[in-house]
Amino acid sequence: MSPEPTVASTAPQPTAQPPTASRSLVDEFRLGLEAPICLTWELTYACNLSCVHCLSSSGRRDPRELTTEECFAVIDELERLQVFYVNVGGGEPMLRPDFFDLLEYAVDHHVGVKFSTNGTHLDAERAKRLAAMDYLDVQISIDGADASVNDAVRGEGSFAAARRAMDHLAEAGFGPFKISLVVTRHNVGQLDEFKAIADSYGAQLRVTRLRPSGRGADSWHELHPTQAQQRDLYHWLLDRPDVLTGDSFFHLSALGDPLPGLNLCGAGRVVCLIDPVGDVYACPFVIHDEFLAGNVRDPGGFTEVWRGSELFRSLREPDNPGACASCGSYDACQGGCMASKFFVGLDLSDPDPECVKGAAEPLLAAVGRTIPTPSVDRSRPGVPVPSPVRLRPRSVTRDQGPNPDLAAQNGSRARRSGRP
Amino acid sequence: MSRPESPVELDARYRLNPSVSLRRERFGALAYHFGNRRLSFLKHPDLVRVVESFDGTCSVRDAFARVGVEERRWPAFVRALGTLRASEMLDVA
Repeated sequence: MSPEPTVASTAPQPTAQPPTASRSLVDEFRLGLEAPICLTWELTYACNLSCVHCLSSSGRRDPRELTTEECFAVIDELERLQVFYVNVGGGEPMLRPDFFDLLEYAVDHHVGVKFSTNGTHLDAERAKRLAAMDYLDVQISIDGADASVNDAVRGEGSFAAARRAMDHLAEAGFGPFKISLVVTRHNVGQLDEFKAIADSYGAQLRVTRLRPSGRGADSWHELHPTQAQQRDLYHWLLDRPDVLTGDSFFHLSALGDPLPGLNLCGAGRVVCLIDPVGDVYACPFVIHDEFLAGNVRDPGGFTEVWRGSELFRSLREPDNPGACASCGSYDACQGGCMASKFFVGLDLSDPDPECVKGAAEPLLAAVGRTIPTPSVDRSRPGVPVPSPVRLRPRSVTRDQGPNPDLAAQNGSRARRSGRP
Repeated sequence: MSRPESPVELDARYRLNPSVSLRRERFGALAYHFGNRRLSFLKHPDLVRVVESFDGTCSVRDAFARVGVEERRWPAFVRALGTLRASEMLDVA
C-alpha cells in the first residue's frame, strides 16, 4: 500500500486520459480492481462498412445479440459496480434501433458513454439529439486525413460520410467531440493534417495503435508502421500531450521518456470487453476463445465474470517477462501488447511484434509459427474488405468489382470461423 | 514540506463536488468527475475517509481529527487535497 495519501490525476480535460501513475499504483492495478475503470461494450456486430483492420471482424448482426432489456440489466449492474463510463462501439452502434434508448438509460443511471461511430448515420437531427445529452462523448473514426488514404482502409465514401457527421456535430453545437484514427504505415505521415482537421472543429484528436486482431490479422503485416515511423510517432506524441492515445502505445515507452498513460496492459485487470452477444473478453483486441472469460447471461452476471473468472484471475497474477527479462527496457514497455503477440502467433512471454528494439523480428521471420485462427467472424460473406492493395489505383476497384483474390480469402476465413 | 500557495486551508470547509463519485478500492478509491470527465486515484484509505467526512460543516482540521490523521502526515494530506481541488473534485462549502 502506498505510504503517502497522494492523488494521481488525469491529463487535462475535457476527456479523461488514463493518468500517469506511480509504480505502486500500477502494481495495485496489476492485481485487478473491484470493477473495471472503464470497459468497452460493442453493441452490435452489424456494420455498414468493412474496414480492413476491424478488430471485431464486424459486418453481420449476430442473431443472439443482447436484447434491449438485457442491455438495461447490464447497465444496472455497471451502475452498481460504479463503472463510471463505457466505451461503446461495434460494429456500427448507431445501427441498433434502440441505440438512443440505451444511451439515455446509461446516462440516466450514472454510466457515462463514450461512443465510436463511423458517422454514416449521424445526421443533423441525431446530432442535435446527442448535443442535448449530458455525460456523452462522441468519437468519429477516420483512418486517413483525406479520402484516398482513408477510403483505402475503410471503404469508398467513408471519409466523406465521417466529415458530414463532424459537420453535423459542429452545427448542432455538440462541443468538443473526438476524432479517432488508427495509425498505419499509410497515414502516419498525415498526423499534422489529422491534427489540423481536429483543430478546425475544436475537436480532440485520438490516435491509437493498429492491432493484428479480427480482420486486422490479414492486413497488419502491410499496414503496421515501420520502425522509423514508430520513432517519429513517439516523438510526435511526446510533443503533443493533448492528443489522446487510449494508453495504446506503451510499447513505444522503451524509446525513452514514457508517454502519458498507465503504461501497462490493463486486460482483465482494469479494462475488459463485453461483445454484442454478452461474451466478456479480457480486452477489446482479443476477441478469441482463448481470452473469453464468460458471458453476462451466466449466473452472477458480469460481476461474477469480472471477479471470479479463471482467466481474469490468471491475468492478475505477476507477469512472466519471458524473453524480455534481460532487456533493460522491460520496466518501460512491460513486454508490450498481449493481443498483438497472440494474433501474430507469438507466445505471450515473447517480445511485442513491434518491439522498438527489434527483438521480435527474428521470431516473426521464423518458419513454423502457428497463427491462431479466428474463433468467430461476422464479415459479410461475399463482401470483400477494401484492401490497400486492391484500392491502390482506386479506379481499378470500380472497374473490376470485387477482387477475386480477396473473395477467396474471405471464403477461407469463413470456413475457419466456426468455433472449434 | 509546506506549500503556502496550496488552495487547501486547514480551517476551511470543503465538500465533494456533486458531480463526483467515489469508488472504494483496496488501495483507496477512484474518484470520477462526470462533468469534466477527470479520473483521479485516492491512494490511501485514510484520504478516502477524510474526503468522505467532508459534510460541509467540518473543517479539514476536524476531518483529520475525526479520521485520526497524525499531525506529521498533514502536509502530505493537504497536498493530496490540493490536487483534488485543482481537478475540481472538491468545492468550498
